[in-house]
Amino acid sequence: MKQLVVISGKGGTGKTSITAALAAVAENAVLADCDVDAADLHLVLDPEIDKEEDFYSGETPVFDADLCTQCGLCLDNCRFNAVSTDFQPIKENCEGCGVCEFICPSGAVSMHPRWCGVKRVSRTRFGPMVHAELGIGEENSGKLVTDVRRTSAEIAERDGAEFVIVDGSPGVGCPVIASLTGADACLLVAEPTVSAIHDLERVAELLKHFRLPSACVINKRGVNPELEECIIGFCEASGIPVVGSYPYDAAFNRAQSERMTVVEYDPEGFGLTTRNIWEEIKQFMV
Amino acid sequence: MRIAVASGKGGTGKTTVATNLALHHMRQGRKVAFVDCDVEEPNAHLFLKPEMDDGTEVHMPVPVFDDDACLGEECRKCVELCRFKALIWMAGSVMPFTEMCHGCGLCKLACPADAISEGTRAVGHAYRGQLPGLTFHKGLMRIGEAMAPPLIRELKERATEDASNADIVLLDCPPGASCPVVQSLENVDFAVLVTEPTPFGLHDLGIAVKLLRKLDIPFGAVINRDGMGIDAHAHLRENGIDLLGTVPHSIEAAETYSRGEMLYDASPELEQAFTAIAERIESKAGGAV
Repeated sequence: MKQLVVISGKGGTGKTSITAALAAVAENAVLADCDVDAADLHLVLDPEIDKEEDFYSGETPVFDADLCTQCGLCLDNCRFNAVSTDFQPIKENCEGCGVCEFICPSGAVSMHPRWCGVKRVSRTRFGPMVHAELGIGEENSGKLVTDVRRTSAEIAERDGAEFVIVDGSPGVGCPVIASLTGADACLLVAEPTVSAIHDLERVAELLKHFRLPSACVINKRGVNPELEECIIGFCEASGIPVVGSYPYDAAFNRAQSERMTVVEYDPEGFGLTTRNIWEEIKQFMV
Repeated sequence: MRIAVASGKGGTGKTTVATNLALHHMRQGRKVAFVDCDVEEPNAHLFLKPEMDDGTEVHMPVPVFDDDACLGEECRKCVELCRFKALIWMAGSVMPFTEMCHGCGLCKLACPADAISEGTRAVGHAYRGQLPGLTFHKGLMRIGEAMAPPLIRELKERATEDASNADIVLLDCPPGASCPVVQSLENVDFAVLVTEPTPFGLHDLGIAVKLLRKLDIPFGAVINRDGMGIDAHAHLRENGIDLLGTVPHSIEAAETYSRGEMLYDASPELEQAFTAIAERIESKAGGAV
């Protein structure tokens, strides 16, 4: 079983649409949406939820007003500005470190497991899918990503699936590191814009740490031919093969609006392109 | 006035809206402070092209252990209390994994032998840039670094120092709706949510709306690439989201953006679009301040 993670650095390059398209042509794959901050894969793959479980990570303090003497030690010692002046936790700022509980002389603070979101295991027309929804303003997305990836790998092992295709997270921080840890290969989606190339360079730097076999797909071809050459040049210099491209085309949007992958929307055109890309990806994943 | 531009999803045009609003206010002769809070993938400088300084390293506190003072294996209080698994008892001493450390200071507070002092470690760099009428702040997180909030906090502190000289502070938020965004939204007067007329764009707008309602920050939405896909206007109406304006979809706009150029200068129609958005924000946020 091989785990392919689709990432892009910058958001909005078409990562999710391309992940969905690959899901449509890969036979025998398990799908995972690790962009837990902006999970959108379900909008195209229309999953039927089989199992849903709450996800807890870290801790959150509860303040007992009856025991609180308003001494102010919690407020003074909290480095995250997570205690209000009327001695209530400010959950959005809290990192769950437990300083408030430790420092409180009257035992008014206790720490409890923190609910961060839900994790779902579903069925789609292309195979099982693991996805999640982070609670509004919650953190620990890295841990939720790890959980989604682990579960999808377990399902793939159980079902004898050949591939896990992961819609990764944007950026170069905690969630994307969690997306890439333990993966077998990585597909970079790049668009020919100066911002996307800037981010591609950052994310390629991150990939060096992981030493993963990586390839690149260019999306929105035609918007800026000069920058397409730039991407190709950068990939060549970085030893990242460019395995194909998609033109800038309204078909991606139309397919999305009809809750279809581009492969289903345009089997002869985008379907064929995707099949060719998938064949190339399989080559470098082996 | 502190205005944040956020979106939930990446790639909807946050940076486009934030930078063009900045340009609009500069053209109006106002003093602008601009903060690119996306320290993982900052891009606003590619468009505004300010003259940047060489940057300063940003640090966060991490514990430093005095092995001679440490009470040793029978204590291990710090190891037991650390929520972030940043301290491990190994081969007869405490071994700090500073990359996991959140800098909360609990280990230092808890140590009965005063064996822990505080050092620092670098999480990234903060840069300051200038244009006539604009101060620009950008952070660049070390690649592979997990701690974005300390860097965002540093940028916002710098912007607060500038705020006394600025008529408007614009914050370009990172994507998503988790801790870096919450950190960016702290103490703003008004938020602009940028969306695009696609199922993905509107779905993630919904998440951002929930976050802003939870944080109790007044907001409105801008539809970017209006006319490209589904009817986002109806969606906003149905969900009681105030429309601040639209940026029309055009291939020329996509090309202009791809080159890192400002839409505001690309056509009178786009200039008008951003002017209208800026005016609408002012009338909305004016009441909120």
